[in-house]
Amino acid sequence: MSFDRQHEIHTRRFGRNLGVGAVLLMLVGIVFGLTVVKVTHVEFEVPSDEVSK
Amino acid sequence: MSMSDASMITRAPSQEAGFGDYFALLKPRVMSLVVFTAMVGLFAAPISVHPIVAFASILFIAIGGGASGALNMWWDADIDAIMRRTRSRPIPSGKVMPDEAKAIGIALSGFSVVLLALASNFVAAGLLAFTIFFYVVIYTMWLKRWTPQNIVIGGAAGAFPPMIGWAVATGGISLESVLMFALIFVWTPPHFWALALFMRNDYDDAKIPMLTVTHGRRSTRNHILGYTLALAAVAIGTGFTSLGGPAYIVVAVVLNIAFIKGAVDIWRRDEADSEGDDFKIERGFFKLSLAYLFLHFCAILIDPLLAHIAGGML
Repeated sequence: MSFDRQHEIHTRRFGRNLGVGAVLLMLVGIVFGLTVVKVTHVEFEVPSDEVSK
Repeated sequence: MSMSDASMITRAPSQEAGFGDYFALLKPRVMSLVVFTAMVGLFAAPISVHPIVAFASILFIAIGGGASGALNMWWDADIDAIMRRTRSRPIPSGKVMPDEAKAIGIALSGFSVVLLALASNFVAAGLLAFTIFFYVVIYTMWLKRWTPQNIVIGGAAGAFPPMIGWAVATGGISLESVLMFALIFVWTPPHFWALALFMRNDYDDAKIPMLTVTHGRRSTRNHILGYTLALAAVAIGTGFTSLGGPAYIVVAVVLNIAFIKGAVDIWRRDEADSEGDDFKIERGFFKLSLAYLFLHFCAILIDPLLAHIAGGML
């Protein structure tokens, strides 16, 4: 099943979809930023079994 | 369900909610207070936090606060439709369906607590989870429609954010964070009772047992004065702990003199006086209460900031 690109729902829900998309992109950015900070600034230890490998 | 049944519960395109309507479910004005007080709690703590961790933590606290707002709107949609103040909210205005608000509230609650745990620590996440539970279950579902003490006990939900901010930095609870909690907790009743005095028919119509309805307006005026005096003791007393300092004490004394004067003015008036000037004093006291809380939390940051600047100059 495929959606017609011209279906009015695409225009009707454009604002809502744009908002959700922007929120999800921001979330990706925040989680990425947090990961970088946790790995580089917080005391981070590689598990010992990983080191032995 | 037949097609005709389905069409009956489908909104007309003109009624369809936009992104802003879903955002309004999160009560942005309440969220701004949550963000501000949580930030003060975090920055007042003696342990510094990386800016990205601080930003993400405050954001997740705000989302948790917003989630509880959405669940509150889902549960209270019937009374929101009656009260003038809340009639235009997304659910009573027909833009968002109650089940959508419930789903968004539950999803964002889980999301915010888990991500706060990952970003900071389990104490902060546990406090956020408890705050959401307290606001939605204890206040919204239980106390609000049952007891005139709804605002007094329910006020605890709004008082937790600075404790969560403090816990993000320190990983625990201490006297300082409990004092910030106490400041908002004791501030909440006079703030809402002043609102109940001049939004007089709203709570009556919605059959919410506000103090004005159950114990009368004279009793509400007495209670406002009593809680304002208790608040002054907490606010000024805080100045003599490690949370305060000379600048905080000056701000607290000035604000509490003004707030007590407002409460005494409300206490001395009767209904005829208030009707005569359309609740001018009560409205003024309500506005002052907003500035009161904002300035107290700003003042908590003044002394550490001055010490930091002085330290930098040496």
